[in-house]
This record gives sequence, C-alpha cells and structure tokens, in this order.
Amino acid sequence: MTRSVHPALIALAVLVFIFLVGPLVIVVGAALSDTSYLTFPPQGLSLRWFENIFEIAAFRRTIVTSLQIAFISTGIALLIGIPAAYAMNRYRVQLPGWLSTLFVLPVLVPELVLGFSLLKSVAVQFTIPIYISLVIGHTLLVLPYVVRVISASLAGFDFSVEEAAVSLGSPPLKTFFTILLPNVRSGVIAAFILAFITSINDVSISIFMTGPGISTLPIQILAHTEQFFDPTVASVSVLLMVLTVAVMAIVERTLGLTFLAK
Amino acid sequence: MKRFAGWTLASPATLVIIAFLVLPVLATFWTTLTTPGGPLEPYLAFFGSGFRRTVLWRTIQVSLATTAIALVVGFLTAYVISRAPRWLKSILIIAAVFPLLTGVVVRSFAWLIILGRNGILNNFLISIGVTDEPFAMLYTQGAVITAMVYLFVPLMILTLAGVLESIPDDLIQASASLGATPAATFRQVILPLSVPGLIVGAVLVFTGSFTSYATPQLLGGESVMMMGTLMYQQAMVTFDWVSASTIAMVMVVITIAIVLAMTRLARRLNPMAV
Repeated sequence: MTRSVHPALIALAVLVFIFLVGPLVIVVGAALSDTSYLTFPPQGLSLRWFENIFEIAAFRRTIVTSLQIAFISTGIALLIGIPAAYAMNRYRVQLPGWLSTLFVLPVLVPELVLGFSLLKSVAVQFTIPIYISLVIGHTLLVLPYVVRVISASLAGFDFSVEEAAVSLGSPPLKTFFTILLPNVRSGVIAAFILAFITSINDVSISIFMTGPGISTLPIQILAHTEQFFDPTVASVSVLLMVLTVAVMAIVERTLGLTFLAK
Repeated sequence: MKRFAGWTLASPATLVIIAFLVLPVLATFWTTLTTPGGPLEPYLAFFGSGFRRTVLWRTIQVSLATTAIALVVGFLTAYVISRAPRWLKSILIIAAVFPLLTGVVVRSFAWLIILGRNGILNNFLISIGVTDEPFAMLYTQGAVITAMVYLFVPLMILTLAGVLESIPDDLIQASASLGATPAATFRQVILPLSVPGLIVGAVLVFTGSFTSYATPQLLGGESVMMMGTLMYQQAMVTFDWVSASTIAMVMVVITIAIVLAMTRLARRLNPMAV
C-alpha cells in the first residue's frame, strides 16, 4: 500500500538532495584538480594537493593536535559521563531535579560564549596552558552528547538484573563491567563516535584557544583559506570526509556484529 | 546510602560543568556588571551604538530567513522521505546524515568554491551568456543565508522525519476514508501533528544560526558582520573584553529566551497533549 505523493513534491525532494550532496561532490572534484587554483570540474587529475597537505608543517601539526584532543576529551567525557548518566537513571528519585538541568546547560550556552569565557576566566586567569584549555573546552562540548546517548540506552536497561548479580555476591566494579557495560555497549560506541566527530569539527570553542604552535585543524583550515585559494583545503576536506565515512562504516560494522552475535 | 552512591557517581561530571562552564560564564556576566561606568553602562553602550544595533538586527534577520527557508524545505523533504519505500528511506536518511557529520568549516568552504568571483556559479552564468561580468556573490547576506540553509536543512530533515514517522497511519487513512483530499489531509492532520517537531527544529536552527561563527566569517567577512564574528573580533582582535562579554551576554539571553518561549509554545500547541 503506497500513498501517492504529489510529483511536484518528489521533484522538490530530488532538488534538495542535489543541493545537499552537490557541494560535497564539488569539494572532492576541486581537490583532485591539477590546477593551482580551486576549480570544478577538475582540470587534469592529480593527487598533488593531498601531498601538499603534509608538506605544510601547520597542517601536519594541527591534524595531530585535533586527533589527540578528540581522543583525550572524548575519553574524559565517557569516564565522567557514563557514571553520571547511570546515577541519573538509577538514583533518579534520590538526586535533585536541578542536576538534570545542569547537564543540559552546555547545550543552552552558545559554544562561542563558552569558548570565550574559558579563555578569559580559566586559561588567562589561572595561566593554564592552551593545550589543557582545549581539552577542557572539548570535554564540555562533548559531555552532553555522552550523557544523552548513554541515558537513552540505559532507559531500556532492567536494573533488577544488576541487583540480582549484586545479591548473588558480585562486587560493584565487576557488576559494572560484566553486567552493565555489555548491555549499553552500542550506546557507548554511538556516544564515542558522536563525541569524536563533534570534537574534530569544532570551531567555536577552539577559535579562542590558539597559541604559539598550537591550533586545531578546522582553525588552521580557516586561517589557510584567508590567505590562499589553492586546492589544499579541498584536499583536507576530502580527508575529513573520508574519516567521517570510515567512522560511519565502523559503527555499522561494530553494531552489526553485535546484532549478529545476538 | 543510595543518595550517597548517586552523588558519588554524578559528582565528577557535575563538578566539571560547575567549574568550567557555570563559573566562567558567570564571571563573563560579572565583567559586564563591574565596569567603572556602573552595571548598565556596557549594555547602554551596546544598544547605543548604531553599528552594534545593525549587527544585532542583521543577525536576527539572517537567522529568521535561514529558519523560515529550512522549515519549508526541510518539512516538505521529510514528508517525501516518510512516504518513501523502506529501502529508499534509509538511503535518503544517510544522505542527510552525512553532510551533518561533515564539519561546518568544510561545508562553508564548499560555498566559497561555488560563489567565488571565479567560482562555479559565475563561470556557469558567463558560459550560458547570462552575464559578461562575474557577480559579486561572496560577502553578501545572501551568501551567508544560502550556506546556513545548506548547513541546517539536514538537521531539520532528521528532526521532522522522526516526527512524521511517528504519526499513526490509521489517522491518515481515517482522514482519507472520511473523504478528505490528500491536500486536506496534509493541511488538517499531518501539519498540526507536526507542530511540536517544527518548533523544535526552528529553535535548533535559529539558535544555531544566531550564534554561528565559521559561516559568517568565511562567506560574510567584514561586510556581513554578525554577532558571533563581532564578538570574536572584540575579544581577539581589539582585545576589548568588556565589549566581548556584553555581546556574549546578549547572545546568551536571546538564546535562552527563545528556547524557553518556544518550549512553552510547543507544549500549548501540541494536539496530542490535549
């Protein structure tokens, strides 16, 4: 039973998807062009702009920094976010209502304001190194994602299973690792992926946290585009898209494999 | 005992948010209250400056235009997706998620290639003879709005696809069997039931565009200054931290006011809740 959709609506949807995917195709085309300026369709195919990324020290450095910051801050956010999400689901009655409001705050406060406030009142005030400030900023950025995704997967968890394990003599930490964690595994993976991608792509917080020799990849891209109009940035963009595809595929696979095991 | 366990587990994240979000943002607010001219002086200066009022007004205009276009385009597309066969549905959803996971910088940069003086659009217009001289499309309000619509339509599609998916098929069949034309069903059944989703989408898009930085910076530059780019300029170029803090607080107040007002509106307009 298919309900008919007006042909005009279908035509519009096709245009919207061309609008959504087209610009990304253009970026890929521009990255492969053999010219020294950005153009599409590419004139002559070449991978030299990909090589050029790694010849520019600032790109090499910021790629490493961005990956490090994303791993560290996502790790910290999981470390503090999982127990918080657990506590808010398991001990909802015992904890005050403002606590869940507090965990929504990082979403309500604009990232630019958070970045500026961190710079002014934490990094400069207490002379905290830029690198550490970046870790703090990105941890705050991704924490809401972690708490929300883990909470959602805990909502379907039957806490009496855990109580059964405890009453049969399982110590708390062992219960956590053998009962709880395997049950929210797909939630943890989803939280990790979302947090990692968000951190890698962040501009609004990182823009305030640059210093001598330290910056993140998106900020370096912005700086490069302001000076040059060559296909290097298009190539970096393609690398970021490949990373996104890889990450999506990993989720498919990991979550898919768990489903197969069930 | 249970209370203690709950607090212990929640405390690391709670402390991080209080120490690195609540206190620093309060300190930014405090900065605007403790100037030599008195607590209101920075705000009077902000609203007294014609340039700043223009920036604020432009930011509101750009955000409203982006929200309106994204609402219409996103809703109609999500409607088509919700009526598509299952295999096509997942492909379309992936096609909407992928741009969303690609960063803001990459997606704004794409429009730099398209709208530039020697960009694709100008080359195309010249080649088909519409114009001899390339149009100056970059660094205009239109460029910023186009890129922002591009940025936020996927978010709108995903928000609304979920809402439209949850409308029971029975309702639509009932409406049809009672003699409503597809257009009437759309207007009288589907649209009212989507109102809460439309409001959530509108809030996400409006606050997102209102506080954006990368897109106005890349495609608007100095000539289309918005609240985000102005705040960055005050903070990091002229180092006027009182002025930057004031802009930050205006942004926070407007964001929170819109979220609260729209959440109340959504609750009142939700036909399912009655």
